[in-house]
Amino acid sequence: MVKSKKIVCRCEDITEEDIILAIEEGFTDLESLKRYTGISTGPCQGKSCLMHVIRILGGRLKKSPDEIGITTQRPPVNPVPLYILAGDENES
Amino acid sequence: MKMKADVAVIGGGVTGLSIAYNLAKQGIEKVVVLEKRYLGAGSSGRCAGGIREQFSTEPMIKLARKSLDMYEKLSDELNFNILFRQGGYLFLAFNEDDMSEIREHVRLQNSLGVGSRIVTPEEAREIFPELNTDGMVGGAFNRRDGIAFPFPVVWGYARAGERLGVEIRKFTEVRDIIVENGSVKGVVAGEERIDCDFVVNAAGGWSKKIYEMAGLKSFNTPVKHEILATEPLKPFLEPMIVNISAGLYFNQSMRGEIIGGIGTHSEPSTDVSSSFEFVKKFAREIVRLVPKIRGVKVLRQWAGLYDMTPDAQPVLGETEIEGFIQANGFSGHGFMLAPVVGELIAKLIATGKVDPLIRPFGFNRFRDGIEPEHTVVG
Repeated sequence: MVKSKKIVCRCEDITEEDIILAIEEGFTDLESLKRYTGISTGPCQGKSCLMHVIRILGGRLKKSPDEIGITTQRPPVNPVPLYILAGDENES
Repeated sequence: MKMKADVAVIGGGVTGLSIAYNLAKQGIEKVVVLEKRYLGAGSSGRCAGGIREQFSTEPMIKLARKSLDMYEKLSDELNFNILFRQGGYLFLAFNEDDMSEIREHVRLQNSLGVGSRIVTPEEAREIFPELNTDGMVGGAFNRRDGIAFPFPVVWGYARAGERLGVEIRKFTEVRDIIVENGSVKGVVAGEERIDCDFVVNAAGGWSKKIYEMAGLKSFNTPVKHEILATEPLKPFLEPMIVNISAGLYFNQSMRGEIIGGIGTHSEPSTDVSSSFEFVKKFAREIVRLVPKIRGVKVLRQWAGLYDMTPDAQPVLGETEIEGFIQANGFSGHGFMLAPVVGELIAKLIATGKVDPLIRPFGFNRFRDGIEPEHTVVG
């Protein structure tokens, strides 16, 4: 029943059901939930999914988004190819 | 609030959780794990997941070898898939000095039964065809080394421990250790005092603070190490690659990402912020070694701590404070040693017996002479 699936994280193909299952398994803080499900670790790095996950987790725990908090944001803001970061061989 | 435990383990990382699980397995009834944040938040969850037996001192080779034996069976033992695979570790040298060190290490490893072998640059390319061998002198390869995904190891130990009665308290910071007449009496965790006969310091990069709480001066120093992950790719890289001359290492995780780091900092610090200096240095070295991946995108970078000791080898066992047990100072090798350390530290607490494998790693060795481990990378 593809129609009934609610995809939360499109990079890693994770549904709302997957997230609820993980919460029920005991991954009730956002950082652990991220690592267990893989949400927010794909190419978007959470820019499209994290707010939905905070809403789902907050709903289950009866906590506000402020109480849930957000995960540590990691650089770079957008994916960057290695050769650009490597720059010019002669540059110090 | 006051409670009683047999053992309080400080640190909910892979080391502390392995010790707790093994204590419960040995029949110790009241084991409590105290973790300041979430499980694996310190350094366990920040490492690249490498597991190897290619070390440079006899005690490290023997300890790591036993740990690798245990990793081979760990998914079954914990009933949790730790995504372990044995693609080998390929060490590479780009100068004669590093190559002669590798030769010495392999000789010692072979004498202790490790199946590592010296490889020429051509043989290295047979193992991983994308290598640029310009300037490469040679290397060493051990097929049996491997990687696992760190978080499942953390969660697997936690769940297996809980099934045996271990109590895990997350988001609970230890604030003091109570020592009376040279013996441990308890810990203060959060708002609570927990009376116990044993306290295990498995606090990784924060172990120094725990020593201080008990009134001991440690020789451990936390140092920041940075690491990054790229976008996921189809499987193309089997081994962990280590360019020992550049301090560079990388592998491909079971999710397909290239995960790797390069030594960038050496000053003592518990700071884990990310730097541009690191990512630039890493990109330059990996693109030079594997030109084909130059267009692969970096998704995120983060950092963790190596809990360094003067000889880059762990501190395992008792101290002059009775009941204050050490399992720290892993110097970047805590994840790979966690299975064996958990079993042997639990055995020490349960039976009082110091296993020959951990005897060389006593706290008091720093007051005598030391022989350092040479293969610290990243």
